[in-house]
Amino acid sequence: MAQLVECREVSKQYTRGKETLDVLSGINLSIEKGDFLALMGPSGSGKTTLLNLIGGLDHPSSGDIINGGANLNDLSGRALAKWRSENIGFVFQFYNLLPVLTAQRNVELPLLLTRLSRTQRQKNAATALEIVGLTDRARHRPGELSGGQQQRVAIARALVADPELLVCDEPTGDLDRDTADQILNLLELLNRDHGKTIIIVTHDPKAADHAKHVLYMDKGELLATTT
Amino acid sequence: MGQTLEITLLNLRNLSSRLGSSSVIVVGIAGVVAVLVGLLSMAVGFEAALTSTSMENRAIVLRGGSNNELSSAISIEEFNILSGMAGIEAASAELYVVADVPKKATGKPANLIVRGMREEGFVVRPEVEIVAGRIFQPGKGELIAGIKAVDQFQGLDIGSKVDFRESGWTVVGHFQSQGSAYESEIWVDLAVAQANFRRGGSASSARVLLEDPHAVELLNATISEDPRMDVSLQTEAEFYAGQSASRAALINTFGYMVAVIMAVGAVFAALNTMYTAVSARTVEIATLRALGFGGLPVVVSVLIESLLLAALGGLLGGGLVYAIFDGYTASTLNSASFSQIAFDFAVTPELLQLGITWALLLGLVGGLFPAVRAARLPITTALRGE
Ligand SMILES: Nc1ncnc2c1ncn2[C@@H]1O[C@H](COP(=O)(O)OP(=O)(O)OP(=O)(O)O)[C@@H](O)[C@H]1O
Ligand SMILES: [Mg+2]
Repeated sequence: MAQLVECREVSKQYTRGKETLDVLSGINLSIEKGDFLALMGPSGSGKTTLLNLIGGLDHPSSGDIINGGANLNDLSGRALAKWRSENIGFVFQFYNLLPVLTAQRNVELPLLLTRLSRTQRQKNAATALEIVGLTDRARHRPGELSGGQQQRVAIARALVADPELLVCDEPTGDLDRDTADQILNLLELLNRDHGKTIIIVTHDPKAADHAKHVLYMDKGELLATTT
Repeated sequence: MGQTLEITLLNLRNLSSRLGSSSVIVVGIAGVVAVLVGLLSMAVGFEAALTSTSMENRAIVLRGGSNNELSSAISIEEFNILSGMAGIEAASAELYVVADVPKKATGKPANLIVRGMREEGFVVRPEVEIVAGRIFQPGKGELIAGIKAVDQFQGLDIGSKVDFRESGWTVVGHFQSQGSAYESEIWVDLAVAQANFRRGGSASSARVLLEDPHAVELLNATISEDPRMDVSLQTEAEFYAGQSASRAALINTFGYMVAVIMAVGAVFAALNTMYTAVSARTVEIATLRALGFGGLPVVVSVLIESLLLAALGGLLGGGLVYAIFDGYTASTLNSASFSQIAFDFAVTPELLQLGITWALLLGLVGGLFPAVRAARLPITTALRGE
């Protein structure tokens, strides 16, 4: 299978005052198109940091990240923002929906950055909501939805612009067991039937059952791979 | 552009859920604008009252060296020579005294100007109009009162009897003079006033109508060469400008000072509110930016929000002042003549514009820093929501 993401000697340091914190050190990683990768490890090991770098939210202190043929070090500011909007779908632990917008409008949000017509945007958003099974909740606001439903809306938002890669940071971290399983099933379906490449950061051991690969991180380094 | 519009609309939808904290900006800025516009409208009104008293070709004649009517005196001889001079169309000899009459508001006596004049007094003041009753009759103890004097002082209704300076008077009419300072005076017959106030035949001052307003210098030159005369001419415009300038400047300075102090407070209130509004939405803004929305639209949308709130405050403050104060009559003690001059607050379009400009400036300052901060915070940091 073709390679989608490659990390070469990726390191990240944060400076807090005079202290320099090595959060990632020399990460080498290759992710193929169509993969479903779970990234696990103790708190503070650098999972979110790595995910954010792959998603183009930040730049590494050193090393290169090639994603979908682009070296992210070559992109910044508006170009990087545009690249994200076309290539990455983000799913967050706390859904990060806009509380004033209906589910439909939340899902439509990424399409405002495209040249699609209003009707086309509405159509695509409706399709995305249908995929996550929330057609009947389109007119509800996040406050009127359960946590699981909100995360489905967030997943629909991540899908709607049809990106190659979904990056999900603890997507089930705020949900109960059953709801978490439903979300994991949904992600698996997106991976299997819709061809989305997915990386999820998770503390949930059962996530491994759904993923194709699991990577463990500790203290800023990748440990072992299980298949 | 589309992005900016969308995010701005989003912000504004959010606004309704933040009404409480947003109203701090509106009210704070409304206060600044109200004080500024209110105080400046006082200065404008005061100037207008004094300058509208003046007529292009009317001059005031005072004793040489005297700069107000109260301390001036002109003899009959001087007046007669003056009225016969070439270039003078009409002349009115006038006695100017101050009476103690209780004010309506306080019940306490305050200074009211009593002006004695003959028929010529009306000839040199064509703008004066009797609005009720009639003119006083020569030789009688009758008076007519300016409409602002009627408003401010007790007992000036038509038919009332008023006592002051050991003499009794009957009010027979009310007059107006297009808002000028004369409306704060009462007028009586010159001869009766001279007798009652024991002034013999002398007057305080004279008003003259000039054939040519530019002839003042020439007339003054002629007068100064005449050993029988110790008087000088001044156009009314000059005279009242001299009287009002310092006071208007004082009110202006005071107005700006208070407004600046309040503005500093309002800017901090606006800054604080916008910081809070923006920081409450740190994660939301970071999410939008993660999805690909730009930093500039975020800045612009926050700015638009604060400008909108500020404009609302400006309109509220200006509107309030306009509704309450425009045309509201106040009076001030004129330090030169020790008399009360009533004037209307004038909330002019220019002042309202000035108020709105201030409001927008405050909104800009209050919104800019939080907006720039929100847009520059690294997305990864902002997403952590710390
Ligand atoms: N913006 C930042 N500034 C300073 N330090 C940071 C920043 N972001 C992360 N860190 C630090 O980097 C380390 C790794 O953080 P990261 O969020 O990647 O961990 P994680 O593996 O996702 O942990 P968790 O499972 O708790 O989410 C932590 O010690 C964290 O404090
Ligand atoms: Mg994390």
